[in-house]
Amino acid sequence: MKKISNLTVYRKFLSIHLRSLMQYKASFIMTLLGQFSGAFSAFLTIYFLLRRFGTVEGYTYQEVLLCFASIYMAFSLAETFARGLDRFPAVIGNGEFDRILVRPRNEIFQVIASKTELTRLGRLLQAIVTFCYAIPASGIDFTPDKILCLVLMVVCGALVFVGVFVIFAFICFFTLEGLEFMNILTDGVREHGSYPFDIYGKEIMTVMTFVVPYTLVQVYPLHYLIGRTDSLLNLFAPLLALVFLIPCALLWKLGVRHYKSTGS
Amino acid sequence: MIRLSHIKKSFRVSRRAGGIKNAVGSFFRRQYDTVEALADISFEIGDGEMVGYIGPNGAGKSSTVKVMSGILTPDSGECVINGRVPWKQRKEHVSELGVVFGQRSALWWDVPVADSFELLQAIYSVDPIEYRRNLDRLTEMLDLSQLLQTPTRQLSLGQRMRCEIAAALIHSPKILFLDEPTIGLDAVSKIAVRDFVADLNRERGTTVILTTHDMQDIEALTKRIILIGRGRILLDGQLSDLRHRFEGRRRLTAEFTGSADLTALPEGASLLTLDGREGLSAVSDGSHRAVFAIDGSPSALISLLSGKTELTDIAVESTSIDEIVVNMYREYGV
Repeated sequence: MKKISNLTVYRKFLSIHLRSLMQYKASFIMTLLGQFSGAFSAFLTIYFLLRRFGTVEGYTYQEVLLCFASIYMAFSLAETFARGLDRFPAVIGNGEFDRILVRPRNEIFQVIASKTELTRLGRLLQAIVTFCYAIPASGIDFTPDKILCLVLMVVCGALVFVGVFVIFAFICFFTLEGLEFMNILTDGVREHGSYPFDIYGKEIMTVMTFVVPYTLVQVYPLHYLIGRTDSLLNLFAPLLALVFLIPCALLWKLGVRHYKSTGS
Repeated sequence: MIRLSHIKKSFRVSRRAGGIKNAVGSFFRRQYDTVEALADISFEIGDGEMVGYIGPNGAGKSSTVKVMSGILTPDSGECVINGRVPWKQRKEHVSELGVVFGQRSALWWDVPVADSFELLQAIYSVDPIEYRRNLDRLTEMLDLSQLLQTPTRQLSLGQRMRCEIAAALIHSPKILFLDEPTIGLDAVSKIAVRDFVADLNRERGTTVILTTHDMQDIEALTKRIILIGRGRILLDGQLSDLRHRFEGRRRLTAEFTGSADLTALPEGASLLTLDGREGLSAVSDGSHRAVFAIDGSPSALISLLSGKTELTDIAVESTSIDEIVVNMYREYGV
């Protein structure tokens, strides 16, 4: 029997989500707009702040915007496509995880595929609009290596966020209470990570490098992007950040072994 | 081939008494109880067998099914199903397994049933030709043709259950776990589901494990039953043997007119109630109703009654399967 690839399965899931979505069109559009305007207000904050002060710790308005847009894009990609992990308490609570475990596909894959939150693309839209302005305005000569740098920032950034979602889901295997503190590492990073982390000082830099390697997808490659350094280490720092996914995957395996299921 | 030996699984649950004081207390110091869901479970089930797995609520039925499905990892013990350990070789194991959880849906809520089936085809990598063949057959046997284009959320319970069973069989599993498949169904749907499962077992040799509280399901489908209580196997045997052992006395109800004195009865018969009252044994003219308990043949009692009174109606009931199970639960103290 020929095995159907995960990608094909994912496409089928996506088409199911789209068809469900079509049943609730008005709600979709409203949520999409809501997400966009939320992101837009974050953008306005940066605009007013930097119009008043000119630079933040030596970063220009356009440079901060590049940082903002890349983090927002990474976050919204993670949230759109890995929303299943983000709402994992519900997946456990309603017994959906039992169902996932009796199917012959990777569990994380199924959790991720089980929900695609296309309304979160509102934030992505804001990120794209910001890029459209900031990329030409930044005065950076976008040679192939700089393009690669930006792509790595966004893609690896999204994967780091997914890793944090996996840790969140891991905790759900043990308790479903008091999980709000995890938001510091997701929504908190999205907002505060709109500015390069080195403006917050050394302690924050350490935490954001060694606890969750956000700096490796943000300030380090950003320095390469805006020409503060030529070091290839900075360019490829986002790939290094992917090492973070290994402990995430191990924690997940531990969590599944402790899965208690619900009654009945 | 399914083999479980000495499976144990316990859960830690937090415990606190009611009331605000205890609620505050538990915030600082939480107490835990260890609940032994499965204390020691061992059994073997051969290929093509159909087994009823029964026990009262909370006995550990679902936990056992979840261990066998690879959902729960037991604390200790061995479980090998067709040469695989479910929680270790989960993907290979579940590709040959069909599971129906009566209280939960395996279908996607907002899309037509046919779309759910197609997604399952992809998830299980079912060959398109085989898929077509299975779907046609299931559609015909479970009468799904009218339902396939309906979104799951618009189906009635009975309609949905037929679709759930089809969904569990799209990939031609060798083993089928049915966890309360007829819960909440009307009589017609129940019989349709039972007939289908019986056919499936006969024609394809699918091994079926059925957990249920509906003893008619057990009676209609299985020859062998396994009784579980407080996490242990209490009994494992043929339904006919159990029936024999736990049947108890049959009940005879007689309606008659005229006066009667029912103090001297044949051996093995005893009077339970007369005109709905206990302790009464003689009545004068009028129409009456007496209930007896009897061992063995009712003929001696019937001839006695017909000699003494004008019998108008008589009924002998054998112990229902539900009563047998109650007797069993009572004997094992579960």
